[in-house]
Order: sequence, then structure tokens, then C-alpha cells
Amino acid sequence: MNAQLILPELLLGGLGLGLVVLELCTAPEEKWIVGWVAVVGLLIVLVPSAALLAGAPRTAFAGTYAVDPFAALFKLIAVVSGLLVVLSAMEFFRGRPSAHEGETYALIVFLVLGLAAMAAATDLIVLFLAIEFVSLISYVLAGSLKSDRKSSEAGVKYFFYGAAASAAMVYGFSLLYGAGGTTNLVQLGRALAALPTPFVVVGSVLVLAGLGFKTSLVPFHQWTPDVYEGAPTPVAALLSVGSKAAAFAALLRVFEVALPPAAWVPILAALAAVTMSLGNLAALAQQNIKRMLAYSSIAQAGYMLIGVVALAASPTPIGAGTGALLYYLMAYVFTNVGAFCVVIVVERALGSDAIRDYAGLAQRAPWTALAMAVFMLSLTGVPPTALFWGKFNLFAAALQSGFGWLAIVGILNSAASFYYYAGVVRVMYAQSPADPSPLPEDGLVRTVLGLTVAGTLVLGVFPEPFVRLAQTASILLRP
Amino acid sequence: MTGLLSVILWLPVAGALALLVVPRDRLAALRGVALGTALADLAAACWAVGALDRAHAGTLQLVEQVSWIPSIGISYHLGVDGLSLPLVVLTALLVVLCVIYSWRVDVRVKEYMIVLLLLESGMIGVFLALDLFLFYVFWEVSLIPMYFLIAIWGGPRRAYASTKFFLYTLAASLAMLLSILVVYLHATPRTFDLPALVAQHPLAGDLPLAALAFWGFFLGFGVKVPLVPFHTWLPDAYAEAPTSGSVLLAGVMSKLGAYGFIRIALPLLPEAFRPMAELVAVLAVIGAVYGALVATAQTDLKRLIAYSSVGHLGYVMLGVAAAAAAGSNVQAATIALTGATLLMVAHGIITGALFFLAGVLGDGEARTRNLTEFGGLGARLPVFTGMTMLVMLASLGLPGLVGFVAEFLIFLGAFQIYPVLTVLALAGVVLTVAYLLWAISRLFFGPLNTRWAALPDMDGRELWAVVPLGALMVLFGVFPRPLVDVINHAMVGILSLVR
Repeated sequence: MNAQLILPELLLGGLGLGLVVLELCTAPEEKWIVGWVAVVGLLIVLVPSAALLAGAPRTAFAGTYAVDPFAALFKLIAVVSGLLVVLSAMEFFRGRPSAHEGETYALIVFLVLGLAAMAAATDLIVLFLAIEFVSLISYVLAGSLKSDRKSSEAGVKYFFYGAAASAAMVYGFSLLYGAGGTTNLVQLGRALAALPTPFVVVGSVLVLAGLGFKTSLVPFHQWTPDVYEGAPTPVAALLSVGSKAAAFAALLRVFEVALPPAAWVPILAALAAVTMSLGNLAALAQQNIKRMLAYSSIAQAGYMLIGVVALAASPTPIGAGTGALLYYLMAYVFTNVGAFCVVIVVERALGSDAIRDYAGLAQRAPWTALAMAVFMLSLTGVPPTALFWGKFNLFAAALQSGFGWLAIVGILNSAASFYYYAGVVRVMYAQSPADPSPLPEDGLVRTVLGLTVAGTLVLGVFPEPFVRLAQTASILLRP
Repeated sequence: MTGLLSVILWLPVAGALALLVVPRDRLAALRGVALGTALADLAAACWAVGALDRAHAGTLQLVEQVSWIPSIGISYHLGVDGLSLPLVVLTALLVVLCVIYSWRVDVRVKEYMIVLLLLESGMIGVFLALDLFLFYVFWEVSLIPMYFLIAIWGGPRRAYASTKFFLYTLAASLAMLLSILVVYLHATPRTFDLPALVAQHPLAGDLPLAALAFWGFFLGFGVKVPLVPFHTWLPDAYAEAPTSGSVLLAGVMSKLGAYGFIRIALPLLPEAFRPMAELVAVLAVIGAVYGALVATAQTDLKRLIAYSSVGHLGYVMLGVAAAAAAGSNVQAATIALTGATLLMVAHGIITGALFFLAGVLGDGEARTRNLTEFGGLGARLPVFTGMTMLVMLASLGLPGLVGFVAEFLIFLGAFQIYPVLTVLALAGVVLTVAYLLWAISRLFFGPLNTRWAALPDMDGRELWAVVPLGALMVLFGVFPRPLVDVINHAMVGILSLVR
């Protein structure tokens, strides 16, 4: 087998192990070295991952592991989110000594490896292993601030929910295996095309429980606000972009390739509508920025689900919805990591996550506030930002595939979501601060915010290359 | 001359970027850069007037087209004709005057000027865009600076007013986005290019779908105008916005909606607009009469002007609806539509001036806009009195001033299509005369309230903001021909697209 096909994964694994060793050799106050090594390593991994975008679809490990543009794009998404999250984690840990700083960087790199594997798995067993690998690391990361009660609570809660969801999912896998006689997704797709629907529907719903947990779909979303609030903020950022993206990749692979659309399209369409409405409604009342972003990420998962539904409803290679979801996920990485980075900055400076403590941020930290305003407008879907384009594509896909009602629900939700996103902007700009002293906005923060704002605006103003990238990458191996 | 429109469009953005690097305590430099940018943009817009082939103002000129997102048929397509160019010049002029008027603003001057210039680019972009997608982007982009303008520099209820304003318009424009997508998805080849879509008439064969698309546009444009019953955001936004915000909201932003009806809804979906035209006309007349009635009950001068705007835009929409319903009576349609566009320009000039004058009271030493607290200012403030009376007389449509020509043309055209509705709308004119004369008498006549014995008259900055508008009112009132001709050519051009 050609080692080049899995070069990104090999590099990630090597990097993670290297970081563990390096962690042992560095003094407690020098853990930032581990962080920078992780950053450089992840930057290097970008190169072979991008090289795979161009190749023809192939498989490795006897057909269980896809090497195609789809997997390559999700590797890029995972690595870029890992990169941004490591940078913001270094900011998070600066001046906050922790015994686990170095390990956190190593675990983030391993998590990226797991996310890459999730998007590439074309076999139920490999997929399950990848998901469990990601889950275990996530539980540890969420609870890694051991002295913080909320962080411990987040870790435990995430673990119990996750274990239950995984159990349901693996039961679903076993039903599908029983029905199709194979664990390979492509062969399963061929076998299930002829099967009576109710059985497949039960299997689909059970699988959905596992993947819906990772993507925060209603009704598998309850963990999200508690975990986002309690987990270290960089970890919450990674869960909200990296895990979500990889779980959507797995969702696309399993549902679009293996399961007959009739068995699940109506269910997912209904879930999309419920997820975005419930997420937005709950977000309206939040006073804590991390809980608000958690409900916002639930609502965003609802929009993304529109893309899955639209893609299934028109199964031509380049049809409705092709690339819409992938584009949205790319755009979401920059916007959401950026928003969490602002949360880290404010948290460090004020020790608070309450939205009302953002009052007058525009005067105290003008660049940070401007960046946050861009992210909030992007999450609302106002041009010229990246997620406007994302929503535009998603709604177009929905209209084109006969799900006009989903587009209308999406639009009503977008309008409602403005209320809480703009609430943050209003507090930052229109209210005067209790204490007008300036807040620090130094090097690393500027780097992360600069990168994420640039990503948000470039994807919004010059979307053409990214639209093409998403279109080429969204052709899946099919039966 | 190609590239001129891009210069007009992007110059304010460049100015805003330049302002970013000016230190925030250098107030003179900040104001100077903003004024210089706004003046340069006005000069560029006037240059475009010179470059326009006025005899062929019905065809799109100075066109620029660059492929932007080719994979789904979006291009950066700009152009002007006799419809959009007067509105572009009006926008550039009002922004210059806003910068002059806002010399007194000393709270966060840097952000203020940046927001003002970004707003200018957004609004001009809507008038220049000939690609539906580009149009939508500018439509939304212009909302953001206006939101900040109200939310940061607004009156006591600014948080409520700005959120309400944005929510209303965002929800409505998202409905418009759906309609744009429907039109796009039914075009072959798929494109967002407006002239190409108008030539294709993608929904001509599917009337129910065309009607649905029309409703999306109707919501998007109707909330912006605003048509009754979508007007409830307006009094709050107009009254709470800072003076420059009110001027641009009433002077330009309300025109975006009417412009959208004429530029997009009329030529793109004529077969869907025609059956709905009567409804639009009824709503317009209700707006004209209701706006005037509510205005008579206002004591806050800014709210009075706000409701008077609802009334005047009712006339504009009556003209548009009449043109949509005219069918074979092309002459009446042309007259009504010319009047509607002319009233858009006239209303921009007049209402801009009115809000500046309200600002003289509200932002100046008086610190109140409550009409009941004034009286007898006529003897005390001769310049302010003279200017206000000129502008209010123009607003009520006195012959010899610009509003008269426009309203006359609208009624002349609309009467041939909707005689009953037009007569009802005339009742609004009578009420307009009543509340404006009443306002004049409460401000300037009667005994002088001793509180105002030491009130200063308009200072130079305020005069610079209002006098140019006053001069234009007289100029176009006495000599409307050039403006009317250019607009008329454009309307003939647009109506020839309506099949």
C-alpha cells in the first residue's frame, strides 16, 4: 500500500506522540514550546492534505478507508480548526498555570487525527473506532480543568451522554450489518436498496442518535450548553467546529451512501426544522456567552442539516445542495473559532462569561469588539460575510430540491437569530462600560482574530474558489 | 468613461479605511477626511451627470461588468440611467450635508464618520447594482451602518428602535432573497443579471409562482418604503436616530424600496404585479391619508416629519401602482411613474432639510422638539423661521417649489387609472396642508415662550446643511424641465420592458 495515501494521518500520529514526549521534557513554565511545535506540525500537515484534494478517489486498507477529495477537504477543515484552537488555547493558558497545558496540545492533535479518520471511514467498524477515539479524547479534554467544578461536570456529563449515544449507534450498526451482511458502506448501499423500509428506518434512527449527538441535533443536544459552558473555552471551540464538521462528514457518508433516502429524508427534514427553531428560541434567553454560542451552534446544525436533506433529494453528481453544506462547514470554522477566541480574551481580562460584562467592549478593546461584530453578523447571515454565502447556498439548494418550506423556516430563524447575535453587538457598542480602562489585545490574540476575520470576509467576498472546492469535494463514493 | 461608477461606489469605503488610521483624538482631521471624501464623491457623481447621454437616459449607461462568481452566474454589474442617477446624486449630496451638519457630534467621532461613509457606499451600491445578487448584498450591507448609527448615537430609546428597525427590514429582505432565488432557479441559463433576467422573463409562463415571487419582493420593498401596514418600525427609527441618521433614512433609505419596485418588480414580474397593483394602490392611499392624519396628532417635530414621510411615500407608491396597472395606457403610466420618481427626489431634498431643521431645535440649545413648548419664534429667529417655512411649504406642495411638480404629475397620471383612489389621496394633501400650517403656527406665531428669549438663530454649519437643499427646492420648482426630461426618458425605457 502506498504510504502517501495516509501521509497526513501518519504525520498527525507522529506529531501527537512527539508532543507527548516533548511535554515530559519541558519545564512547567515552558509549555508554550509544546504549543508552538503543535502549530508548526499542523501547518506542515496541511501540505499533504491539500495535495490529496486533487487525486482521484481511492481507498486504502482493503476498501475501509477512503482517500478522496471529500476526505481531504475534511482533513483540511480538521487541521485548520485544530490549528486555530491550539493558538487560542495558548492564549487561554497564558498566565494561568496548569499541569495539563502540554497534554492539552497533544490531545488536540490526536483529536484532529480522529476527526480526519471519521471523515474518511467507509466501513462501519472503522467509523465506530474513529468516533470512539474522538469521543474519549473529547471527554478528557472537556474535563481537563480538574480543579474547576463546572469543567468536571462537563466531562462527566459529556461522557454519560456520549456513551449512551454510542451504544445506540453501534446497535444501529449491528442492525444494518444484519440486514445487509456487510460493514462496507458502498456494498451496504447496494444491499439495502432492496430491503423493506421499516427495518432500515429503525437502523437509521439509531445511527442518527450517535451522529446527532456529535452534531448537536435536537433531540440529542442537551449536553451542548452545559459542556460548552464548563469545558475549557478552546475545547468548546474545537467541539463546536471540528467535531461537528467531522460528524457531518460521517453523517453524509453513512446516510447518502449506505441508506436509501426514502428511509430518512423526511426524518432529517423535520429534525432540521426543529433543531434550528429550538436552538434559536433557547438562545434568545441566554445571559452567558458560552451558553448562547452553544444554542447558536445547535441552531447552526439545523441549517447545516438542510444541506444533507437537499443533497439526498437530488442525487445527481452535481445537483442541488452539492457543496452547500461543505462550504458552510468551512465558513463556520473561521467564524465560530473566532467568536470563541473573543470569549477567551474577555474571560482572561474580566474573568466573566456574562454577556452584560461585554458592555463598552468597543471602547475598551476596539479590535476585539470589531472582530466579534463581524462574527455575530456572519452567524446571522448578513453579507458580505462567509456564512451569508453559506446560508444563501443552503437555501438555494433547499428550494431547488423541493424543500421550499425548509428554506422558509430557515429564513424565519435567521431573522429571529439576529436578535441575540445583535444583542452582543449592541452591548459591546451601545452600552457604556462600568470601567472604561482598556483591555489587553496583544500579539497572539491579534493573530487568531486576524486569521478568523480574514477567513470570514474572504469566504464572503470571494467565494468562487471555495464554492468550486466544495463542489469537487462533495462527490462521494457511491454504489 | 468606464470605472466612474466604481469610483463613486468605493470612494466612501476608501475614505472610511483612511479614517481607520487617523488617531481618534484628532477631531479636525477626522472631520476633514470625511468631508473631503464625501465632497469628492459628490463631485464624481456630478461628473457622471455630465457623462450621461441625457437624450438616451432610458438606456443603462456607464456600464461596468466583471465576472464575480461565475459558477452560479453572478457578476459585478453596475450601470445608471435617468432613474438611478438622480438618486445617486441625491445620496452623495445628503451625505455631504450630513457630514457638515455633524460637525457638532463629539461622541466617538471616528466611528461616526466611518459609519456614515460606509452607509453611503451601501446605499449608492443599491442604486447602481444591475445584478440581483449584488443588489441584495448592498441592500443588506446598508442596514448595518444604519443600525449602528441608531444604536450608538440615537435618542433615549435607541436600543429598542434600532433592533426593531433591523429585525423588520432583515426579515423582509430575507423574503426578498427567497424570491430572488426563485427567479434565478427558473431562468435558463441561470443568471442573477437583471437586464438578462428582464429579457428572459423567467416566470412569465407560471403565474402562481410569479405571484409568490412578487410577494417576496413586495415584502422586501414594502417594509423599506414603508407601505402601511409595515410602517410601525418607522416612527421609532426616525425619531430615535441622530439627525444625520433620520436624514438618510427618510431621504435615501425609504427610496430604496420604491426604487426596487420600479427597477425590479415592475419590469421583472409585470404579469404578477398587474393583478396586485390595485392592492398596492389601496395600501398607498391608506398610507397617504393615515400618515397625514397621524401626523396632525404629533407633538414631536421628528415624529411629525416621520408620519408625513409615510404620507408622501404613499403618493409615490400610488404612482408606481398606477403604472403597473396601466396596461395599454402607456402615456398615463409614464406620467405617473415620472411623477413618482420625481417625488422620490423631491422628498429626499425636502425631508432631508426638514430633519436638519428639526435637529436645529433638538440638538441645539433648545434640546427639545416638542411643538407645544414653542411659539413666537418668528420674531426671535428670522433665518430659522424663513428656512423652515420655505421647506414646509415645499413639503405641502406649494406651486413653484419642487414637491408640487412631482405630486401634480402623479395625480395626473394616476387619475386616469384609479380615479376614485386618486381623489381619496387628494384628501391626504389637504391634511398635509393642515398639519404643516399648524406646525408653522405653533412654532413661529403667538406669544414667545420666555424660555426661548436667548435662543440663538441657525449657525453657519446649520445653514450650510440646509441652504443648498432650499436652493434646489426653488430651482427644480421653477425649472423642473431638465430633471423631468431625464427621468421621463428612463421611465419610457422601463415601461417599454413591461410587456
